[in-house]
Amino acid sequence: MTSPCASWLTLRHGMAVDESAIPRIAPDQLARSIADARRRGGRLAQLFGRRISGAVRIYAIMAFDADGLLEACCCELPPLNAEYPSVTALCPSAQAFEREIAEQYGVIPVGHPWLKPLRYHNTDDGSPAPWGRFDPAKPIPGDYPFYRVEGDEVHEVAVGPVHAGIIEPGHFRFQCHGEEVLHLEIVLGYQHRGAEPLLVHANATRSAIVAETIAGDTSIGHASAYCRAIEGLAGADVPARASAVRGVALELERLANHTGDLGALCTDIGFLPASAYLGRLRGEFLNLTGEICGNRFGRNLLRPGGVVFDIPADMAGELRLRLARLADETLDVLQMMFAQASVLARFEGTGALTREQAEELGLVGPAARACGLGRDVRNDHPYGVYRFAHVPVAVETTGDVYARAAVRWLEVQRSLSFLIELLGSLPDGKVRQRVASLKPDAMGIGMCEGWRGEIVHVAFTDQRGELCFIKAKDPSIHNWFGLAQALRGVAISDFPLCNKSFNLSYCGHDL
Amino acid sequence: MYRILTTRWRQGHRTMRYPRQLPVLPERFRGRPVIDPSRCPEGCRDCEAACPAGAITTAQGLRLDLGLCLFCTACVEACPNDAIRYTSDHRLATSTRADLVLAGQELKLAEGMADELHSLLGRSLRLREVCAGSCNACDLDTNVLNTVGWDLSRFGIQFVASPRHADGLVVTGAITRNMHHALLETYEAMPKPRIVIAIGACAIGGGPFRDSPQVHNGVEGILPVDLYVPGCPPHPLTILDGLLRLIRALPS
Repeated sequence: MTSPCASWLTLRHGMAVDESAIPRIAPDQLARSIADARRRGGRLAQLFGRRISGAVRIYAIMAFDADGLLEACCCELPPLNAEYPSVTALCPSAQAFEREIAEQYGVIPVGHPWLKPLRYHNTDDGSPAPWGRFDPAKPIPGDYPFYRVEGDEVHEVAVGPVHAGIIEPGHFRFQCHGEEVLHLEIVLGYQHRGAEPLLVHANATRSAIVAETIAGDTSIGHASAYCRAIEGLAGADVPARASAVRGVALELERLANHTGDLGALCTDIGFLPASAYLGRLRGEFLNLTGEICGNRFGRNLLRPGGVVFDIPADMAGELRLRLARLADETLDVLQMMFAQASVLARFEGTGALTREQAEELGLVGPAARACGLGRDVRNDHPYGVYRFAHVPVAVETTGDVYARAAVRWLEVQRSLSFLIELLGSLPDGKVRQRVASLKPDAMGIGMCEGWRGEIVHVAFTDQRGELCFIKAKDPSIHNWFGLAQALRGVAISDFPLCNKSFNLSYCGHDL
Repeated sequence: MYRILTTRWRQGHRTMRYPRQLPVLPERFRGRPVIDPSRCPEGCRDCEAACPAGAITTAQGLRLDLGLCLFCTACVEACPNDAIRYTSDHRLATSTRADLVLAGQELKLAEGMADELHSLLGRSLRLREVCAGSCNACDLDTNVLNTVGWDLSRFGIQFVASPRHADGLVVTGAITRNMHHALLETYEAMPKPRIVIAIGACAIGGGPFRDSPQVHNGVEGILPVDLYVPGCPPHPLTILDGLLRLIRALPS
C-alpha cells in the first residue's frame, strides 16, 4: 500500500508490517508531518518512544477514521541530550504523549506548552528528565508547583490522592473564585505499576494477564487489543466463533460499565432510586461475563488465537433469556431516570465541551461522541465480529454531562439488541487455534473500542520473532485533559458529577 | 413521582438472603483450588513452569500459594495428572500469610477477632479503603458490597470517607512507589485499635505486577495484616465471607 504522502506507511490494525518499511523522517519534520496528516483528515492515535541500542525512536500513528486506515512513521533521536520540535505546539492532542516520552527517555520536545511529568517515575536508564531526577526518598508525586491563579478572593482546593469513596488515587487541584472553578489541574501517576515492561514477559500467560489488568474494568477491551496486535504479528486468523465470543464479552463489559456509570451519576445528584437499581443491574451484567469464563471481569477469557471458553448452545440460550429480562429492567429504569426534571436539570449544561475542544484535545469514546464526533473503532476500523454485525454509533451534540449520559443510554440499548441477536446466531467452529511463530522485526497494531473509547496496543518483535516491546494506550490518556477543561467555569460542587460523567481510568493512564 | 413508584414496584426486593442462603455462583466459577500431591510423578514441574505468578513450587512437593495465585487456568491445563483442580468454594480468606500456602492440607480459614477487639468492633466496623496500585477490579468488587444486592451495612460494616472515622484499613493494589507514602499517612491517621485487611493478589504479594521495580509486592512488611482475602480479583462473596469471619458474624 502506498500513502498519499511519502513520509507515511499506510496500514490497518491487525496486520504486521516490517519495521524497516516504516518511513523514518527527520526529527524536525515530525510535528509538521503530523500537522499535515491532521489536515488530510487524520487523528493522532499513538505517539510513543522506544529505546533501540541507545537511541530513542519515536513512532507516530495516525488514524484515518473515514477510510478505516492507519498511517505510521518514525524518527530517531541520538542517545544523549536529545530534543526535537514539539508536536503539541501544533497538535494539542499530543500533550500527554510527549510528556510520556520525555519522562521515559529524557527527550525534550522543544516548544511544548506545558512540559511536566505524566506519571512521576525516573527515566528508564537513569538519565535526567527535563525536570531533573526525582528523589526516591521523597513522596512523589506531591512536591509539585501547581499552576496558580492569583487574587485576593481566589482560593485553592486540594483533593486526593486518597479520596472519600472506594476509588483509585489521583490528585485534583482546583483554583476557585467562590464556587466557580477557574482552573483544575490533575496530577496522576499514583497507580503506576510498570505494566508495559511486564507485557513483554517470558511467560505468555503472565503477559496476557498483565494486559487484562492494565485497567481491570476494561479487561476484555485491553485483552482484545493486545491479542489482535499479537495475532497480526503471527498472521493468525481468529476463528469466527471466537471473534463472536469476544464481541459478546466486549459488549457485556460495555453494558456493565455504562449501567454502573449511569447509576453513579444518579448517586452524585442524590437521585437514589436509579442509583440503587442501576448499581444492582451492573452486577447482573458482570455475572453474565462470570457465566462465560468464571470471572466477573472476563479474566482468562481472551488469549492470542481465540478464547479459552466457548459459549455452548444451551448457555447462549440462557444468556439470551437473562439479557432479555435485564433489558426490560434496565431500560425501564433509564426511561424513568431520563424523564425526571430534577435529573435533567443537574445534567444539562453542566461541564460542557465544544466539538472544537474535543477535536483539539483528541477525545475518544463516549466523551467524544457526546460532543458530536462520531468516532468509534467498531465502526471506523471494524474487526472481528464487527465486520459482519453493525453497531450504530451513538452521537449527541451538547458535550455536557447530559450528552455523556445520553450517549451511554443509547449505547446500552444498542449493545443489548446486538447481544441478543448475536447470541442467537453464534457461528459454528472452534474457538481457539494455535498462534504460529511471530513475524520477526515487525510491528503489529491492535485496536478496540472499549467502553471508555479507543484502545491501541502496538507490539514489536526482534529478529528472532520474540516480542521485544509493547506500547499500550488506554483511552483515558486522551480524555483526562478533557475533564480538566470541562470543569472551567463550573461550580466545584459539580466536580463529582463531571468526573463521573467521564469516569476515566487512573490505572489505565498510569500503566 | 408515580413513574418512580412503578419502577420501584417492578424492581422488587433484591437483597440476597446470604448468609442464610448461598447465592448461586456460575458453573465455571473458579474458587478454592485443591491440590493432590500424591498424583505428581517424580520430578514433574509442568505446573510450576506454566504458572504465570510463581504461585506453585514443587521442590518440597507440590505447593500452591493462594496469596500469589491469579486463578487463571494455566496449571490445570498444564497438569496431565489432574493434581490441581478448582472447586466452586468461595471461602478463601485467612488470618495469616502462611495459612494461604496449600500443601495438601485443608485451608485454615480466617478466625474471628480476639474478644477484646470484638467487643469494640464486632457489631460496628468502619473501614477506610486505600487503593495503592490495583487495576481497580478489587476496588469495584469491594464497592459492590454496598449495592442493594449485598447491602453490607446490615452486618454493621460500613466504608467511611475519613481514616479518622475508621477502625480498619482495606488495602488493594501492589503498593506503588507513588502511593507508599499516602498509604502510611492514612494508616497513621486512624485511631487505635486498628486492623488491616489486604484484598486481592496485588495487596498480598504484588499479583500480576509482582517484582515490577515500581511496586512493593503488596502490603507485607509495610503494615501488619489481620485478614488476607486472595483472588484476582476475589468475588464479592469471598470478600464478604472474610469480613464476616473477622467479626464472627457467620453462623457456624
